[in-house]
Amino acid sequence: MQPDSLIFIFLNAFLINNFVLALFLGLCPFVGVSAKRDTAFNMSLATIFVMFVSSTSAYGINLILQYYDLEFLRLISFIAIIASAVQLVEMAMKKFTPALFRALGIYLPLITTNCAILGVALFQTFREYDFFQCVAFSLGAGVGFGLAIMLMAGLREKLELVNLPNVTQAAALSMILAGILSMTFMGFAGLGGGSV
Amino acid sequence: MPEATRSETPMNLEIFTAGLWRENPVFVMMLGLCPTLAVTNSVINSLAMGAASIFVLVCSNALVSALRHFIPRQIRITTYIIIIATFVTMVDYIIQSISLDLYNALGAFIQLIVVNCLILGRADAYAAKNPITRTVLSALGMGLGFTFALVCLGGVRELLGAGSLLGFQIFSSNYQPWVVMLLPPGGFIVLGCWLLLFNWLKQRKTSRLIAAEEAIDHSRQIETT
Repeated sequence: MQPDSLIFIFLNAFLINNFVLALFLGLCPFVGVSAKRDTAFNMSLATIFVMFVSSTSAYGINLILQYYDLEFLRLISFIAIIASAVQLVEMAMKKFTPALFRALGIYLPLITTNCAILGVALFQTFREYDFFQCVAFSLGAGVGFGLAIMLMAGLREKLELVNLPNVTQAAALSMILAGILSMTFMGFAGLGGGSV
Repeated sequence: MPEATRSETPMNLEIFTAGLWRENPVFVMMLGLCPTLAVTNSVINSLAMGAASIFVLVCSNALVSALRHFIPRQIRITTYIIIIATFVTMVDYIIQSISLDLYNALGAFIQLIVVNCLILGRADAYAAKNPITRTVLSALGMGLGFTFALVCLGGVRELLGAGSLLGFQIFSSNYQPWVVMLLPPGGFIVLGCWLLLFNWLKQRKTSRLIAAEEAIDHSRQIETT
C-alpha cells in the first residue's frame, strides 16, 4: 500500500495508530462514557460527526490562514471551529433526539475538549494532507475512537457481573484493561509497517 | 516562595496544598489524562510538560479570574477556551525557541494543552468564582500536583523501560530493558497501578477513621454505663 493512499490513511488512523489506544487522544470520554454500550455507541456517532465537520472546516481555514500568513492563529481558529461544530450537534440532538440528548448529558459539550478532535485537525495540518486525505483521516480516526470505546464498554458490562476486590474501584481497573487492549492493538502494527 | 506562603493565612496555604495531594488532578480527579499518558515516557519530557501546563494554568486562570465580572454566562466556555488557546500558542513558540529537541519530543501535545480538561475545568469551577490571589495559589498547587503525577508516571516508565532516570543509567548494562513500558500499553498499566495504590491508601485511611470513631463510641458507652 502507498503511504499516502486513502485506504492506508484510513487504516492507519483506524487500527495501526488508533487514536485512543496508541496515541492517547480522547481519554476523558473513553473513561467517562464507556459504562454502557448504547451510550457509548451514541457518543461515538456524535464524535465521528463532529470530527468530520471540524476536520473538513479546519482544512478550509488552514488554507485561508496560509494565504494571509497567519499561522500563529491556527490553534485559536481550530478550537473555535470545533466549539461551533459541537454547538451544532447539540442543537440538532436536542431537536431530533431529546432522549439521547439527556443520556449524554455533560459529555456532549465536553466533546469540545476531546483531544482526539483537535488532534485530527492538528495532525492533518502537520502532515499536509489534501482534502480527500483529510476526509479519510477524520473518518478513520472517528471510527477507531468508536471501536475502542465500544470494546471498552463491552468489557466493562461484563465486569459488572464479576466480584472484584475493593481497590479496583473507579478508573483503576479501566486503565489496566485499556493497557491490555492497547497491547492487542499493537499487533496491527504489522498491517502497514512503520509508525508516524 | 516558601516564605511568601508561610506569611499567608493558613487558609491560603490549604488552597495551595489541596491540588498537591488531597485533590490531585490526575490520581484523584482523573483530569487531563491525555498528556499524562502520552508524554511520560521519560522524566525530562514529564517535567517539560508539567512546566508548560503550570504556565498555561496559572496565566489563564488569573486572566479568567480578573475578567470574571465581564464574561457573560452563555459564552463563558468559548471565552475561556480562547484565553487558554492564546497562552498555549505563546508556550508553543517559547518552547520552540528554547529547545527544538524538546519541541520535537513533545510534538503536537504542546498544542493539545488547549484541550486539557484540567485547565478548562479549573477555569470554570474555581477561577470564575474567586479573586485573583486565591486563584493563582490554587492554580499553582494544581499545576504542581499535575507535574508530580507526571513525574511519578515518567519515573516508573523510564526506570523500567530504559533502566535510567533523567538520562543517567541506574541499572547495570546487563539489565534487559522492559520496552513495553515506553510504548502505549505501559502508560495505561503504570497509571492503573498508581491508581490501585492510591485507592488502597484511601481505603486504609477511611477504615482507620471508622475504627477510631468506633473506639471513641465504645469508650463513651462504657463511661455512660
